Amino acid sequence: MEGSFASLAHGFAVALEWHNLIWCFVGVIVGNIVGVLPGMGVLSTISILLPLTFSMQPVAALLMLSGIYYGAQYGGAICSILLNLPCHPPHAVTCLDGYPMTKQGRGGVALGITMLAAIIGAAFGIGQMMVMAPFIAAIAFKFGPQEICALMLLGLLAGSTLAKGSPIKGIAMTLFGILLSLAGTDINTGNERFTFGFIELSDGFELVAISLGLFGIAEFLKSVNTVAPTGAKPVKLGFRDLRPSRAELRQGLPPILRGTLVGSLCSMIPGTGPTIASFIAYALEKKISRTPKRFGHGAIEGVAAPEASTHSAVQGDFIPTMSLGIPGDAVMALLLGALMIHGIQPGPRLITEQPDIFWGLIASFWIGNLILVFLNVPMIGIWVKLLMVPYRYLYPTALFFVCIGVFAARNEMFDVAATLVFGGFGYLLLQLGFEPAPILLGFVLGPRLEENFRRALLLSRGSLETFIDRPISATFIAISALLVVAQILAALRRAKPPVQLPEGAFD
Amino acid sequence: MNAFTAYRDYIAGCLIAAIGGFAVLEGQTYGIGSLQKMGSGFFPVVLGAGMILMGVLMALFAQKPMPESTAYHAITAPDWRAAAGIALGVALFMALANRAGLAPAIFACVFAAALGNRRTTLKQATLLALGVMVFGVLLFAYGLKVPFPIVTGVLN
Repeated sequence: MEGSFASLAHGFAVALEWHNLIWCFVGVIVGNIVGVLPGMGVLSTISILLPLTFSMQPVAALLMLSGIYYGAQYGGAICSILLNLPCHPPHAVTCLDGYPMTKQGRGGVALGITMLAAIIGAAFGIGQMMVMAPFIAAIAFKFGPQEICALMLLGLLAGSTLAKGSPIKGIAMTLFGILLSLAGTDINTGNERFTFGFIELSDGFELVAISLGLFGIAEFLKSVNTVAPTGAKPVKLGFRDLRPSRAELRQGLPPILRGTLVGSLCSMIPGTGPTIASFIAYALEKKISRTPKRFGHGAIEGVAAPEASTHSAVQGDFIPTMSLGIPGDAVMALLLGALMIHGIQPGPRLITEQPDIFWGLIASFWIGNLILVFLNVPMIGIWVKLLMVPYRYLYPTALFFVCIGVFAARNEMFDVAATLVFGGFGYLLLQLGFEPAPILLGFVLGPRLEENFRRALLLSRGSLETFIDRPISATFIAISALLVVAQILAALRRAKPPVQLPEGAFD
Repeated sequence: MNAFTAYRDYIAGCLIAAIGGFAVLEGQTYGIGSLQKMGSGFFPVVLGAGMILMGVLMALFAQKPMPESTAYHAITAPDWRAAAGIALGVALFMALANRAGLAPAIFACVFAAALGNRRTTLKQATLLALGVMVFGVLLFAYGLKVPFPIVTGVLN
């Protein structure tokens, strides 16, 4: 324990270096803005800024890109509560009670409770990461290629089947992502695979091109004429309006604590990120409430619990990514990709071999969350004005950033064309009911999966039994099998979703 | 619900199975090898086979999409105007950035994309494109030093 305090102190020393501090600040501000602007996504923002971090030090790059992710959670809540726009999936459920509160003139209080929930949830999530990540990494340290393979199988399976949408389609998307990652020169044999005669593809597809195609351009294609102008009158809000009364605090605090726990549990399971955590937290509050009828009509619990669980899950999301090198969702896959571009090998060794990155990141979470509270509470009026920027001015600007961002990744116009193709394909996938997020998971993990699979079977002289002969690897395989069985049973029962979503929540 | 929506899962299954089939055929030419000593084609063939299986499962378990279910995405008619604006925007950026320079490329890209929206007027699109152009040139040409001329022949 003492060791981790020393490490944390070291982390603060790293995070407080002025260039790291500035980039952390830039990250959370950009995140907050993106969260507030309707129709803009975290994934595409991180992808656009990723190429710009190539010239930065890896620590600064990671602090900034992570800041976008958790900063956007603060902005997303504003959008949900004041405009009833679920522009940010983890905050879709907050609309249900947040917007009625706004209509009753209590929007400020809802935001105030959200800020409290955010800081409590985030603090718990960060604390959990400080304790759990080194612990998990210490166990994973002894993993051989068999265990790594089995763990990746489990992570990919959970990531593709537990998230929203059909599990079969999720697995198909993951396989497609792995397939995409194989394009280019095979490092083991030197053969070129799936290059279709393009020399530009001999280094494989560009991560940024895939992610901006699937999550940038595909989204534009869908939203250009469908995101309605908000039409809502700007609510005048000041610092004072945010302060909840004593009674409201007493009402809101227990749901915040329960939500925090739900979020931290959800973050431990790959594939169930913040979005699912927020829905579970809301459903739980409604279930245990003595007056469930108030939900949907401005119940403060319905804002407090999901917001707390979102923030705790967002921070907890980093645990498997940083301790095992296995991302739980597409955002984490991108961050992992960013680390690899900087030449840092993700995995259990990261925490001990790159303490600057791990502990600096943790310290920056504390700093970043504090900055965000100071940004949001006194300056709420500015964010409310930003809500009014219409989408039809945003997306053309974003398109230019997409073009130049993809180009800058490796100064290759070919990648810009590839982005457009991926965008069209992503639009088709959305229309056919696919969720493209697992593609990114497969793409980032693919090369390591193939390499470790090859190595494991080379060591075992071609015997597949090696995966069940070793106890840890066998456990992962068994959990994966259980997961598949559970999915089949769930499909047979075809349970109804517990919470009715606001319209367009998942768009 | 249109006919396309009703057959959505079948179309999705065919698409996935087709990609998988391609991976198997193409992967075989790379050499499969053995389990102990895998060739470059081993993984693509296994993945392709997995995708074919998923495609078949998708078709077998195809459901009529229920509008009240959360997973429901109605298939909407493609928005050709938006698609044209965006495709043209990207294409113009690619065509102009090296030849004519960064400034015209940004202007053309934003202008074309902005007109993909039905409510944006020519004047609004022009103003937006000019604004982004100034900002973009300052940020990328002067700040981040992207390797494009600003305007070819005038400001290199």
